[in-house]
Amino acid sequence: MTLRSLFIPITLLLVIAFLIGPFLIIVAASFSAGETLAFPPQGFSLRWIAKVFTVESFRASFGMSLFLAIGGTAVALVLGIPASYALSRYKLPGAEIVRTIVSAPIIVPGIIVGLALLRYIVVPFQVGITLALFLAHTALVLPYAVRVVSASLDNLRSDIEEAAVLLGSSRIGAFFRVVMPNIRGGIMSAFILGFVTSFNQVPVSLFLSGPGVRTLPVDMIAYMEIVFDPSVAALSSLLAFLSIGIVFIAERFLGFSRYV
Amino acid sequence: MSDASYLSLEKLTLAYGDSVAVANLDLDIRKGELIALLGPSGCGKTTTMRAIAGLLAVKSGHVRLDGADITRVPANKRAVGLMFQSYALFPHLSVYENVAFGLKLKGMRGTELDTKVQSGLKSVGLSAFANRKPAELSGGQQQRVALARSMVMEPKVLLLDEPLSNLDARLRLEMRTELQRVQKETGVTMIFVTHDQAEALALADRIVVMKSGKIEQIGSPEDIYNRPTSSFVADFVGFENIFPLENGKMKTSAGLIDLSGKAPSAAGLAWRPRMVTLGTGPFQGTVRGTSFAGDAREYLLDTSFGPIKAEVEASQPTHALGAGLTFDLPAEKAAPLSRFV
Repeated sequence: MTLRSLFIPITLLLVIAFLIGPFLIIVAASFSAGETLAFPPQGFSLRWIAKVFTVESFRASFGMSLFLAIGGTAVALVLGIPASYALSRYKLPGAEIVRTIVSAPIIVPGIIVGLALLRYIVVPFQVGITLALFLAHTALVLPYAVRVVSASLDNLRSDIEEAAVLLGSSRIGAFFRVVMPNIRGGIMSAFILGFVTSFNQVPVSLFLSGPGVRTLPVDMIAYMEIVFDPSVAALSSLLAFLSIGIVFIAERFLGFSRYV
Repeated sequence: MSDASYLSLEKLTLAYGDSVAVANLDLDIRKGELIALLGPSGCGKTTTMRAIAGLLAVKSGHVRLDGADITRVPANKRAVGLMFQSYALFPHLSVYENVAFGLKLKGMRGTELDTKVQSGLKSVGLSAFANRKPAELSGGQQQRVALARSMVMEPKVLLLDEPLSNLDARLRLEMRTELQRVQKETGVTMIFVTHDQAEALALADRIVVMKSGKIEQIGSPEDIYNRPTSSFVADFVGFENIFPLENGKMKTSAGLIDLSGKAPSAAGLAWRPRMVTLGTGPFQGTVRGTSFAGDAREYLLDTSFGPIKAEVEASQPTHALGAGLTFDLPAEKAAPLSRFV
């Protein structure tokens, strides 16, 4: 084999190694029997995995993250589905501008979004921490909701709504009777993508977290600054497997990758 | 309401934003008639159909159906059915549920619903497919589901958008027969939109030829085929030699030309290739192209006043490319056109 023909396979292996490698190190470190986060792990034990469940602040922040991910994504979908519908079905003036604005949080770095929200929304309007986090997560998930739902709407011919109307349905009725059932897969996919995005979100949450109210990733960073034991690695592994599990199920039953 | 105007369009004007698609259209349709709206794309035929269905707001004018002004009646309360070109079946529902959709919205339930749906499916020969999803059916079967779905609603008018255009030749004939049967059995008024003159001629009781948002001509298939009144319609139905008239003479690029016979008083004359006499006559031409079409042979002639298309029976002696020929455009055979556009 020539050097040229080896170039692509080697690059591929390196990419995989860089993507999967750190993850494998973290997983290995979670089963360590030692006192500090280290690789290679010292011995084998499940004590750090067990410890994760006993840390009070992890439980609280996990609850908060779950609430933000589920609630924020749900609200983003309630706003995003009608928005996607309007964008895909009606020739609205400025539709492209709306699309761009809605997508902005994907493009703008989270740290800027976080700072902007803190400086211009949270502080001047005295928004509570939980509400601020909730609004921020909703806004961050909205672009994904609009994008994924739009993709499945674009695959659906618009004349089925007209057919439903001519068979006696109202316009709104047609939306619920024939549009919604046909974009269910897209909505579920948007929900999962939104959930994962929200759950893993760090920079914005970092700016908006306050005393006693933190999301799980932020809490993990705070924990590591004080205690450098393998429980953070154990928690990371658990979360990673949870995410992989969700995406696997979604792909299996919804054809998730069609929409994302 | 007279019998002649079960559905009538009065000074109907339709527009998309500022661009007028249909202007001042008047049309009366009898109950039980099978009407074709025929024309090239962009002529306003689909726009007119959508306005009758209530899917497009009327800019001005009126739509009357069965004695009532339905201009402002919303589409879901019009009792007008539409069979979409794409069929527009609901992909998440079975064939049975598709057909039941409108009936359920009417509040029909239980055995009454079931009987109705079953007889609808039976009428299009799809009883065995009740539990299939639309995606599991062929195009022709999907279309019959769409037909059944519209017909179980017992619409006053059934609109059909290019009903035969997605089908292959064999299915076309089948569907054409099917539509005529449904029309005969139920007496429903049918209006179908098409750009295919053969389809319109074969299926319709009356053809409405449209151009640029206006009606060019209304008539029976025989009228439209044999007696087009304008150069546009003549061209559309296959009169390939069309000339304007001036003082009884043919106006061509080579000036005014005398015809062999006496020209009628008309704005123009049109000849089908079949109407051109070859081998005798006052005109001279050169064979520029020839093609064999089974029972006939077509010739394209170069003449001093432009190309002429002629067609003779295949049994006639053939003329070689480049051969000089005399021919005639007999005035008495030509279709007189009252409008030349």
